[in-house]
Amino acid sequence: MRSAVEIADARANKPGHQLYAGRARAIIERASIALRSSTWVPIATGFIEPVLYLLAFGYGMGALIGDISTSAGAIDYTVFIAPGLLATSAMNGAIYDSTWNVFFKLNESKLYQGMLATPLGPLDVALGEIIWALFRGLSYSIAFMLITAPLGLVPSWSALLAIPAAVLIAFGFASFGMAITSYFKTYQQMGLINIALLPMFLFSGSLYPISVYPDWLEFTIKLLPTWHGIELIRDIWFGVIDFSSFSHLSYFIVMIVLGLFFTTRRLRDLFMR
Amino acid sequence: MPESLISARGLTKKFGDFTAVDGIDFDVAKGESFGLLGPNGAGKSTTMRIIAATSRRTSGTISILGRDPEEHGPQVRAHLGVVPQQDNLDTELTVTENLYIYGRYFGLSKKFVNKKVEELLAFAQLEEKKDVKVEALSGGMKRRLTIARALVSEPDILMLDEPTTGLDPQARHILWDRLFRLKEDGVTLIITTHFMDEAEQLCDRLVVMDKGKIMAEGSPAELIKEYSTREVLEVRFGSDRNKEVAPILREMCDRIEELPDRILLYVEDGELLLEAIAAKKLHPNTSLVRRSSLEDVFLRLTGRSLIE
Repeated sequence: MRSAVEIADARANKPGHQLYAGRARAIIERASIALRSSTWVPIATGFIEPVLYLLAFGYGMGALIGDISTSAGAIDYTVFIAPGLLATSAMNGAIYDSTWNVFFKLNESKLYQGMLATPLGPLDVALGEIIWALFRGLSYSIAFMLITAPLGLVPSWSALLAIPAAVLIAFGFASFGMAITSYFKTYQQMGLINIALLPMFLFSGSLYPISVYPDWLEFTIKLLPTWHGIELIRDIWFGVIDFSSFSHLSYFIVMIVLGLFFTTRRLRDLFMR
Repeated sequence: MPESLISARGLTKKFGDFTAVDGIDFDVAKGESFGLLGPNGAGKSTTMRIIAATSRRTSGTISILGRDPEEHGPQVRAHLGVVPQQDNLDTELTVTENLYIYGRYFGLSKKFVNKKVEELLAFAQLEEKKDVKVEALSGGMKRRLTIARALVSEPDILMLDEPTTGLDPQARHILWDRLFRLKEDGVTLIITTHFMDEAEQLCDRLVVMDKGKIMAEGSPAELIKEYSTREVLEVRFGSDRNKEVAPILREMCDRIEELPDRILLYVEDGELLLEAIAAKKLHPNTSLVRRSSLEDVFLRLTGRSLIE
């Protein structure tokens, strides 16, 4: 059985060994132990929110609106909003763990300080926490799929590919969410995240096509991750994969890389000055 | 001198214009219990963090088991058990889970850690609390758990930053007893404290720090011998008369210190001096002869003015 010193020494010559000990899974293990005793209310609300939108808008408003014309042809309104709300589920799940929970661990319980006193590096902590947040995004989107499929809102089997895409979206949001949170010091600043998220969700084309906007607004919305997430899932949902789908994918890959980079750097600056 | 585990030369740490640690030199030998004493802001915690490879020095050198923490941070940290000034236990987990997951952070196998956890629960006298969330523990229990947690990786060096601050006397004595056992087992201890009795109890050798510099170094007995006298005579004449009497006492003793409420006289034989004072018909309201302590050394070196 190897000692702590032998384990650390084995990595001494690897590049980046100061940042990464190859043990993000220890952070995930910790999160899974903590989950056992956590309260389920906030977890449930994060999932229920998109479902409520589906019911209220899809079956309420949808009855008034009828079909909606898109690049994939005329589509029933409820079917149109379902993929956008799946993307929202993934984002909600990812953000739940990567913002407020991270803020608490960073500033209140000083948890990361304790972790970084061990041979773990800042990238272990960042990656572990982000992957954990992504799991929640994944489970939300699977649950959403399980609700929408029996309602006849999933057009084809290939729409199942929306799940791995939702993982990518969740990864992007978790990564960016943790990066932003790591720079925030007060509860007021954290409140900004919530303030930003709701309009981002409402106006990014989850409930109607953004072609209704004037050009400048449409352009602005197209810069936001929520729009890219909703469009990516919608492309997969209706099987219209084209160049723009890949641009959405790349958007999230860049988001993941940037988020990981800044989170790691910030943790190092905070705890290894 | 036995093998040196830690060796620092000209160690300096600046935060902007502020110099927290100002070119200090020290060595810590294997199995030694080494103390860093000093008032708040003396640079003790910063020094600890540099040793613990969680802070980067500005200049100077430091080697921990032959390694530079800046080049080999994770390897250095694998040798250390860290007990920070403020408990940073995992409040979402139970006592057992806290110990277990900390071992996992070091990459230790589940089998090894599970066995170690049982041992540490007994060591920290927390067996009855093992399934309790840490929130529900008393201050002393939390401290013992933090120490047990630091031991899960079987470290060569245990770093304790003010281990008993905020604990009641009972809890402190239990903790000292635990630390004593570790010392007997050959664990090297590095302790910061501003409790002199703690330093006398636990430290084989210590340095007194003030404003980032080392003011003195030695064993508690050596420091007392060098910076104080064998005994201290404390006399009180009442705050009005103290001023009158002080010049007379000053002639009878090499070193006296006037405080608002009493006068301290540093001498080899306190009783003898007290008799001499009585012979001059100066009758203090109260008098006390005591042995010199580390506290006298500390106050002499770092002054009596309040540092905030």
